[in-house]
Amino acid sequence: MLFYHIGRYTILMGRVFSRPEKWKLYRQQFAREVMSIGLGSLGLVALISFFMGAVITLQTASNIDSPLIPLYTIGFTARQSTILEFSPTIIALILAGKVGSNISSEIGSMRITEQIDALEIMGINSAAYLVLPKIVAAIFINPFLIIYSMFLSLFGGWFVGIATGIVSSNQYIYGIQYDFDSFSVTYALIKTVFFAFVITSVPAYFGYYVRGGSLEVGKASTQSFFYSAVLILIINYIITQLLLI
Amino acid sequence: MIEVKNISKSFGEKHVLKNISACFERGKTNLIIGASGQGKSVLTKCIVGLLEPDEGEIIYDGRNFTKMPFKERKEIRKEIGMLFQSSALFDSLTVEENVKFPLAMHTNMNEDEMLERVNFCLNRVNLSGVNHLYPAEISGGMQKRVGIARAIALNPKYLFCDEPNSGLDPQTSIVIDNLIKEITEEFDMTTIVITHDMNSVMEIGEKIFFIYQGQKWWEGDKTTILHSDNKELNDFVFASAIMRNMKDKC
Repeated sequence: MLFYHIGRYTILMGRVFSRPEKWKLYRQQFAREVMSIGLGSLGLVALISFFMGAVITLQTASNIDSPLIPLYTIGFTARQSTILEFSPTIIALILAGKVGSNISSEIGSMRITEQIDALEIMGINSAAYLVLPKIVAAIFINPFLIIYSMFLSLFGGWFVGIATGIVSSNQYIYGIQYDFDSFSVTYALIKTVFFAFVITSVPAYFGYYVRGGSLEVGKASTQSFFYSAVLILIINYIITQLLLI
Repeated sequence: MIEVKNISKSFGEKHVLKNISACFERGKTNLIIGASGQGKSVLTKCIVGLLEPDEGEIIYDGRNFTKMPFKERKEIRKEIGMLFQSSALFDSLTVEENVKFPLAMHTNMNEDEMLERVNFCLNRVNLSGVNHLYPAEISGGMQKRVGIARAIALNPKYLFCDEPNSGLDPQTSIVIDNLIKEITEEFDMTTIVITHDMNSVMEIGEKIFFIYQGQKWWEGDKTTILHSDNKELNDFVFASAIMRNMKDKC
């Protein structure tokens, strides 16, 4: 069954990355998808990132018992956790739920209402027209979303640190600058590109091959989230092993 | 003209189409009738290339569709218009954008030319003032008419209509039937209509193919259908009292 899905997914991707019929229409679709995937997720990403940073700061502070450990460690830990793992991976998992289920249900609904058949009858490569702009838009916009998430997460940590008095502004800012290696951001953005591909192509696959009615569209949406999440975790592990170890 | 030669199609152990041959004539409304689950939709999907037949040939005006490479098939598909059972309008696009879509995809028309063609097509199906509405904002009958407008936008040679009357009231059904017949004659198209609506059969059935258990069981027109002694056809056509009365009067 797994090989069946891998084979069909590969065939679909082959069709997705074939030459578009008309670039102009694909560009318009790309712009729409950037708005939908990127701008449509700004609020959710901001909310999650802010509180994620706030909680990391509180938890780190509560775990520092020894007076020998400097308080700037709070900022340092918030930075490392946010940039290396929380922003790229957790936000990708959240987007797999939000954007992914949206994509699978949108394409799945188009399948069951014969809209995909209508595209094929018109001589249009439906796979490319529907999926390619989504993948390209996500790969383009998600790195910006992740950088935005990193800033908000670090800001959330700073805000809560100051508001509760557990760390001073100077100590926190010193911590987030301490021993900074810019490669960690590069590593996070490389992960983001792979995750963006997964959270668009996997749901598109499940939506594209839906058979039946609205119940099956719902199931496809759930399945797509499960497989996207599993793939994100596996890819996260592989990239970390390759780039950081 | 579309010729179908010895088409067979199976799904696993289930033989849906068994050696069907038919000739759908140009400038006429060719009807494929039959009860649900007899293979009408599968036959049509094979003809337009949405499904691959296991055996047989499909020939569009001398061009063998079944043996064509994908690129050439795409060219033929540009000559096909199809009205789907559910209308299959793109629900994220307005009526105008739906009709404009095939033009934007396949022609080099500028915006003004496309708009002119869109308005022509919408006027042809007696729709006006709905250009900026979304499919969800118009009635089922109007959606069917937009579907026809989109189908004829590229001036197709072949028009396929999958149960164009499903979900419509009798009056609107007649409007849609007459529209299909008028358009077929006006644009000299080869039109294939799948239906199990007997009103449609008696209104526009210039050539009728009755499919039964995956086989072409009978072929004729709206006059000969009333006098056929084919048992399965009679069971299907004269299932209702109205049709039986009509037969008695004839």
